Amino acid sequence: MSTKGNGYKSGSNLEKVLKAGHFAFTGELGPPRGSNAEEVRHKASFLKGNVDSVNITDNQTAMVRMSSWAASLLLIQEGLEPNFQMVCRDRNRLAMQADILGAYAHGIRNMLCLSGDHQQFGDHPQAKGVFDIDSMQLIKMVKKMRDEGKFLGGAELDGIPKMFIGAAANPFADPFEWRVHRLAKKVEAGCDFIQTQCIYNMEKFRKWIQQANDMGLTEKVYILAGVTPMKSVGMAKYMKSKVPGMDVPDEIIERLQGAGKGKVADEGIKIACEQIEEFKEMKGVHGVHLMAIEWEHKVPEIAEKAKVLPRPKIE
Amino acid sequence: MIVAKRKPFDEIKEMIKPFKKVLNVGCGTCVSVCLAGGEKEVAVLNAEIEMARKLDDNPIEITAYTVERQCDREYLAELDEIIKDKDAIVSMACGVGIQFLAERFPEKPVFPGVDTTGLAVNQEVGWYEERCRSCGKCVLGMTGGICPVTMCAKGLYNGPCGGTNKGKCEISQDQPCAWYMIHERLSQQERLDLIKDFKEPADWTDQTPRTLIQPGYKKPDKEESK
Repeated sequence: MSTKGNGYKSGSNLEKVLKAGHFAFTGELGPPRGSNAEEVRHKASFLKGNVDSVNITDNQTAMVRMSSWAASLLLIQEGLEPNFQMVCRDRNRLAMQADILGAYAHGIRNMLCLSGDHQQFGDHPQAKGVFDIDSMQLIKMVKKMRDEGKFLGGAELDGIPKMFIGAAANPFADPFEWRVHRLAKKVEAGCDFIQTQCIYNMEKFRKWIQQANDMGLTEKVYILAGVTPMKSVGMAKYMKSKVPGMDVPDEIIERLQGAGKGKVADEGIKIACEQIEEFKEMKGVHGVHLMAIEWEHKVPEIAEKAKVLPRPKIE
Repeated sequence: MIVAKRKPFDEIKEMIKPFKKVLNVGCGTCVSVCLAGGEKEVAVLNAEIEMARKLDDNPIEITAYTVERQCDREYLAELDEIIKDKDAIVSMACGVGIQFLAERFPEKPVFPGVDTTGLAVNQEVGWYEERCRSCGKCVLGMTGGICPVTMCAKGLYNGPCGGTNKGKCEISQDQPCAWYMIHERLSQQERLDLIKDFKEPADWTDQTPRTLIQPGYKKPDKEESK
């Protein structure tokens, strides 16, 4: 079920890097709250050459932004590879498939399939959430389009979108024992790679990846560990108490507090780099997904310090 | 049962502003049990409207009548005479009852006195929780008797999402995570295998008006119906 001849499913750079056995390093870019294309190009300039692929968020936190496929195209123009995020909140199965076809036609090769934050969080809390299909079903739909050349409804496609299919995993949410089964379900549905929720609780993550290894899942799917460096003590506290599904141990907050005035952000980057070092050695982890939220200009520095440069180039 | 909530007073008052002779029709079934539109609520609303209209120097003659069920033709027939001299009708039944009333008296303007909010259980007198969205494709057998369409804020069939938070939903600490509960219950029953399998996308049969005809139904023949 691969792209003919070369053994790739999509032939995206991310797929090539992972398939060649390199430790992948992906970044993230949030599109602007307006039509400011220059802002996308500006943020992209910090990511270029430092990551293998860039996630383009889809109305993240349910706030309206430039659409993810459109910002993805701007990235392609800048010579970067996008990872087109798609949430189930804003589109039904017709619109989703239409966007997948259009995105592929314009050169998008990676997709990340997500449920999406509930609309109540965003700037249009009165909106009707769609959730026609869920993230699991989205994964399977994209796979069906790619591998069977068919729409979800069963009709034949005229031109097949060969996407490298990604999904998210949260190793920390309760019930913990269910998390690995949910991962298994996503693998069964057909995802090729996983990007996890931001990891701060390393002990819990080690347990989760161990379970995934034991179940043989890490041989079937590439796992990219989610890393978000803490910018401040306030951010750490906010993420601990306010962001659903986030697990921030007190040690992290204490370590940031102990860093001293003006040095908290550096300490946050240091913690992130230590994590990345451990992930490089961790069985079952195939890369890191760096979510430097509104901190894109720090990516070159973090990539440097995490010793993930230069990024591999594969023909 | 079907539950409803009385509409804000000002909204009702504004809708019936131009009318002088109004009949407010209550319903003695679901909305009566959930304290939204039974005989008592009709009386309260009428008293408020009378007083407000008097203060506005726009007096109204508003009368009350509560039928057993507004979704049944035979009970609506009781209104045929009473309604003749009215300019308008307020119905405090659920959305179903309001429409059936409007259908029976197409020449009269009909206004809703309540907002229908769903199919709910009676936790206590005055406390009702939604449990069913009448999607038409029940999956309760797979989910331990907990509805993911209604109880999960995203209506996921393959939950929980990453926003599940210590047994609560990401939307609120007061809202339990449906998929957490489903997991708990199936785990207790040692039936977790049910949700390990991929659940295919739903067939949303609730997207067109549905008519239900039971197998035993026979159209009355013309002679009898006369």
